[in-house]
Amino acid sequence: MAEVFALKAIDHDNVATVFTNDVKAGMIANVADKKGHHFEIQLLSDIPYGHKIALCDIKKGEEIIKYGEAIGAASRDIAAGDYVHIHNMDSQRGRGDLEGGTV
Amino acid sequence: MGYTFNGYRRPDGQVGIRNYVGIIPSVTCASDVASAICRQVQGCVTFPHHQGCCQMPPDLERVTDTLISLGKSPNLGAVLIVSLGCEGTDVERLYKEVSATGKHVEIIRIQELGGVSNAIQKGTDIARNMAIEISGLQREETDISEVVMSIKCGASDTTSGIASNCVIGYVADKLVDLGATVIFGETTEFIGGEHLLARRAVGGENGPVGRKIYQIVNEMEGRAKAIGCDMRKGQPTPGNIAGGLSSIEEKSLGAIMKSGSRPIQGVLEYPQHAAGCKGLWIKDTPGREPEILTGMAATGAQFMMFSTGRGAPQGFPCMPVIKICGNPNTYERMKNDMDLNAGVIIEGKNSINEVGEAAFEKMLRVLNGEMTRNEAIQYFTSIDIHCLGPVI
Repeated sequence: MAEVFALKAIDHDNVATVFTNDVKAGMIANVADKKGHHFEIQLLSDIPYGHKIALCDIKKGEEIIKYGEAIGAASRDIAAGDYVHIHNMDSQRGRGDLEGGTV
Repeated sequence: MGYTFNGYRRPDGQVGIRNYVGIIPSVTCASDVASAICRQVQGCVTFPHHQGCCQMPPDLERVTDTLISLGKSPNLGAVLIVSLGCEGTDVERLYKEVSATGKHVEIIRIQELGGVSNAIQKGTDIARNMAIEISGLQREETDISEVVMSIKCGASDTTSGIASNCVIGYVADKLVDLGATVIFGETTEFIGGEHLLARRAVGGENGPVGRKIYQIVNEMEGRAKAIGCDMRKGQPTPGNIAGGLSSIEEKSLGAIMKSGSRPIQGVLEYPQHAAGCKGLWIKDTPGREPEILTGMAATGAQFMMFSTGRGAPQGFPCMPVIKICGNPNTYERMKNDMDLNAGVIIEGKNSINEVGEAAFEKMLRVLNGEMTRNEAIQYFTSIDIHCLGPVI
């Protein structure tokens, strides 16, 4: 039986959110969607409560999809089962650093 | 099934769920006197903000307009304006427009009265008489369609978009279907999800309301980008990031869940009162608590439904705030500050609809006078008015 509960919000999301405390690398996550489908994935790193995991390999520059929408882009290659957060994904909005400010 | 609540009918037709004397400082320099009067007289609330002088004229007008809308709050039965005497806000217009609601309004000027202690004495005498005058007002049975609910999420994490915001969305849809008014804001937290909101606008994505939604998001994002750095850390905040939210887009897509699913009727400017608005509306506000809570109280909202994941305890002086916590770990740690646990959704114990019904029932009790957690502990003095230009 899987030890870790992860929720995938929409069918074509490439990440799921972990809602179990004290999740360690090597554990198996039981990924559920809102339709009641389940599949298992082995975690490559420790995942804090409420944080995301990759459900497939995601190449640098590819969009991170949650709620069926882009929430940013991978800033490096991410492997299935790995931790997805600010160390390997960037926002694509509010980026004054990329566009240059006026103040 | 029809729902009713018992509220205070005001002369202008609005219905309050609380009955306070509002002590309104017209400028930051009058805030201490207003607070002193408020401490002395039972049944008063005050609004210690930081604006009203040495600002660009459009901001001074914005502050005046916001204070007028706040003075019109149906939860205020009478209003005492505390002026310093040399501020940039238009105190005469403030007095005149709040008086137009038919409620008792008076004004004191600190400089004219000969200083702080005289002003506190004079203001205390006026506020005491006002408190006695409104204290006997009785609640009357009122149809649920008179409800004006404001919505916010604060100290969000990834549970917010899956649990607590969905609960508020359920209540929002139910209230809209019952003919009431629902207002949500936090324009910053539309960034990345604005297309989903614009498609729900009356008249469609390309109609005036849809275009206005895109416009306010562009303006808000533009103000952030003008600084020339990544907005991450400002939005999402370090707390949001620690809670698993990696980008403003992720935060926004969770945040807009609290608006439910009904059509968006229009966009209110920050200082605007929502008189005559029915259905679901947007108010153009930032996300930070002091500014959005003030902006929402200024719509005439009788109360706010507030979703949190990390645990945000703030309230507002004249607007009870119902806290709904989406994170079961946070709820366990901070249950004294939370009115409802939506973490049970994540734990699989209850559905969104079940917790939504519990939130609706709590709302009915609060409408009828039951205190919220932050109301009972009076955690509500961090307030401010959102301005766009510099302090000069």
